[in-house]
Amino acid sequence: MGLDDIFTASVFASAIRLATPYIFAALGETFAQRSGVLNLGVDGIMLMGAFTGFYAVFSAQQAGAMSEPVSLVFGVLVALIIGALMGLAMAFVSVTLKAKQGISGIGVYLFGLGLSELLFQQWVGTPKSVSGFPRLNFPVLTDLPVLGEILFHHNLLVYVAFALVPISAYVLNNTTFGLMIRAVGQNPEAADAMGVNVTRVRYATTTIGGMLAGLAGASLSIALINLFQQNLTAGQGFIAVALVYFGGWRPWAVAAGALLFSFVNALQLQIKVIGADIPSEFAVMAPYVITIIALVFAAKRQEQPTALTRPYERGE
Amino acid sequence: MKKALLLTLIVALFIGVMPSLAQDGAFRVAAVAPSATNDLAFSQSMYDGLMAIQSAMGEDAFQFDFQDGTFIVDDAAVALREWAASGDYDLVIAHGSQFGSVVEELAQEFPEVSFAWGTDENTFGLDNVFAYTAAADQGGYVNGVMAGLMTQSGVIGVVGPIEVGDAKLYVDGFVDGVAASNMDATVNVVYIQSFSDVPLATEAAETHIANGADILTGTAQMVVGAIAVGSENGARWFGTQSSQADLAGDSAVAFQIYKWDVILADMIGHIQSGVLGGESYVLTLANGGLVMEFAG
Amino acid sequence: MNKVSQSALAARLNRLIDFSPVIIALALAMLVSSILLIALDADPLAAFSAMLEGSVGSENATAETLVKATPILFVGIGITIAFRGGMINIGGEGQMIAGALAGVTVALVLGEARVPADMAKTPGAFDLIIVTLSLLGGFLAGALYGGLAGFLKAYFNVNEILSTIMLNQIAVQMMNFLLNGILLDPSEAGFNNIPKTARLVTAAQLPRLSLPLGDPWLFARTRLHWGLIIAIVLAVLIYIFLWRTSLGYRIRAVGENERASSFAGINVKRQMMFSMFLAGGFAGLAGVVQVLGLQYRLQTDGSPAGFTGSAGFNGIVAALFGGLNPIGAIPASAFFGGLLVGAQKMQRELGVPASLITAVNGLVVVFVVSSEIFIQQRSKRRVSVSEEEDG
Repeated sequence: MGLDDIFTASVFASAIRLATPYIFAALGETFAQRSGVLNLGVDGIMLMGAFTGFYAVFSAQQAGAMSEPVSLVFGVLVALIIGALMGLAMAFVSVTLKAKQGISGIGVYLFGLGLSELLFQQWVGTPKSVSGFPRLNFPVLTDLPVLGEILFHHNLLVYVAFALVPISAYVLNNTTFGLMIRAVGQNPEAADAMGVNVTRVRYATTTIGGMLAGLAGASLSIALINLFQQNLTAGQGFIAVALVYFGGWRPWAVAAGALLFSFVNALQLQIKVIGADIPSEFAVMAPYVITIIALVFAAKRQEQPTALTRPYERGE
Repeated sequence: MKKALLLTLIVALFIGVMPSLAQDGAFRVAAVAPSATNDLAFSQSMYDGLMAIQSAMGEDAFQFDFQDGTFIVDDAAVALREWAASGDYDLVIAHGSQFGSVVEELAQEFPEVSFAWGTDENTFGLDNVFAYTAAADQGGYVNGVMAGLMTQSGVIGVVGPIEVGDAKLYVDGFVDGVAASNMDATVNVVYIQSFSDVPLATEAAETHIANGADILTGTAQMVVGAIAVGSENGARWFGTQSSQADLAGDSAVAFQIYKWDVILADMIGHIQSGVLGGESYVLTLANGGLVMEFAG
Repeated sequence: MNKVSQSALAARLNRLIDFSPVIIALALAMLVSSILLIALDADPLAAFSAMLEGSVGSENATAETLVKATPILFVGIGITIAFRGGMINIGGEGQMIAGALAGVTVALVLGEARVPADMAKTPGAFDLIIVTLSLLGGFLAGALYGGLAGFLKAYFNVNEILSTIMLNQIAVQMMNFLLNGILLDPSEAGFNNIPKTARLVTAAQLPRLSLPLGDPWLFARTRLHWGLIIAIVLAVLIYIFLWRTSLGYRIRAVGENERASSFAGINVKRQMMFSMFLAGGFAGLAGVVQVLGLQYRLQTDGSPAGFTGSAGFNGIVAALFGGLNPIGAIPASAFFGGLLVGAQKMQRELGVPASLITAVNGLVVVFVVSSEIFIQQRSKRRVSVSEEEDG
């Protein structure tokens, strides 16, 4: 087998699909962490988004109440709302009640893991599939050789995820809101002195983080896999948190990390499919190993937000 | 609810007054299984088996407690020990090969309690342990022969969990079956190294399709996403353990189904005649423990 | 000096007295769970009494609670050291696996060597050496695995949250590989291929623990093992280490203020590595103790939790509930052990899904950790009151 058999167009397309939930969740987490809130509960929020988004679409399609596209939009909205609510809860716990963030995040994770499975078993039972976001066909573009398969034959949510990368970078770097987020994460005392409402900014970012985590879950359950199963995310939320550190809290670098991780994963699947004789344990390990190694050799590193995990105590 | 309470109360009184009757009453089984009872796979196969026994014997004669989701071996150990110590159960089942050590220890501590565990064939030389397993390679072979004959593209994809136990048996049997019916067909096997990673199993199926597979198969509870991918891309699906026909829809071809009730019935017979274990069972197509189900 | 320690003591007493918010938090968690239970047609009262019965209702239940608490405590001690040293160690799961792999290898190899000694009828000393060396092997492997994350952080600025999350996955695959290869039980190599090691000989097992109360002895018929005692002793030793030795002081100094420590001449990088080394070592002990004390063999279902029971995560929670104090981690671990074991009982008794239990555990964690603010506020009020009195 040659390199042509390994680095096929489909591997790149596969990497882009795999990266989608990571990009959603990690971008959301980037917002939260930039403002100083570490949300370790991303995976739990993803699971709730995945289930509720799925269930909304499932019941709408079963009842025949909506056309397919409308049901999908409905599913996305539900996932966003549930994600926002869980993000709000996380904000309340870690910002208002100043609970230790690492630990409360684990609580949120367990809650989401348990509740999503419970509701699934009560309301759905066994895995059932829905008609999820279909793959799009663009005139001319989709038919392009190689590039067409890699870039122009994905479902809508994949494009939304990638579009969010420049948008997030712009918001964080070029808007007043972004400036406030960075100020609150870097030096909340100074930000407060300048009239920035630390609490409100952190609520906003954690809620945005929750919404994007919810969407990340929905991208699995109604776009990429099109069903729900207990623990559907299989720990992707934790990887997403790790990718935020990988990218040094910069959206472009976070997305690059997600793509690198997913590309190695796609590659190891392809290598196994074409029958390379390597122990599959090592193939599965590869994305994790390479992510660490890549960070070791990454030239430029950014210091983490100074106030990360530190609740803000307003001085008298 | 109230009725049930009253009934329980009466039953409790009855048992309290006439202890001898309780022993002659219903045959009682308790079982642990690592995943959900509706996982369309391994755990469901045992749950369905117990349900089948119950409907055959009647609820008065056969009752069972089932604790699912005990993938943490220690959690299963607590349940098994409690059941064994209570003396309330005629048979205690540990459904999962990871529970072997626990069964081995408990069976020696509670020699009057009958245990069954699988999938394995080791009874530890104890006469109160039944072991059971499934010759999953048999149905795998049948599926493989059909898949080899059906494939148009000559490429078949397999999504496996870890290369162990009945998963390995099924996949090996399937590969042999394809080789027997279609020398030219290629079978690509991917073990994703997890019983639960649905996203990775789904992408493995995508990778198979991208490499030309028009037929997919797989085993264990994480294949559900792969089934969905197959039906979206027009690939046909062969399954094992439990029926996945509802999920696979039009793409479903055939399923090897585990009928644990066949061996459970035999165990119950043994226990009722005073034999608490010592036997090792294998589900096969010949003994009716494995059944092929074909989609409409 | 005297005055300082007095007020420290007072603060600690206040902490005990101020337990009420925790109780309110638990009550809230119970309330929400009750709503969920009622929605599932289950009787909350029966559920909670099942939970209580399952965790402390009998000799066996109590023993199982302590058995569950043991690895959580080991990990919790390590997490305490790491957090005190300013490192967030999410890698308990992977470090447990690394410790178990190394420890079981030592135990298997030395256990083989034990067989001739068996014939010489000299029990005791050599057995103790086997167990001790296995535990040390487990500690060392976990320590190196944790230390690796510390090394990457100190010299390559790789964030330890990232590296430990990744290293967890790598450890699982390593375990799958080894248990399917060189460590595979020779008797499994034929028909079944279940990935597990051979069973440890008795000499390589950690003995079961019973107390000379009653006849038979208390816990004699349970799975309680010596791992619990080892964990408690180590918790006390680590408390002394952190607060009574200069090395411990240096670790805490780095955790409290990295820059100031650096100015004060402390080798910050080395301390970072060292605290992760110790944290990993304790998680490694948790792993090897699970094998030597309970299962007597290492086996995998391919997921980390199947072996660790998520103790690597629960240990984080226990460490923080214990106030990042190794002694405090003891009751915190027992509490979580009881919660987890009791929840399983609730599932058995009422037939409620296991997932409900997971969700309820999450709620308990969130509510209890959220209640801390009320404790802090109250003790702060006390401090300000006493300051005014002093002034």
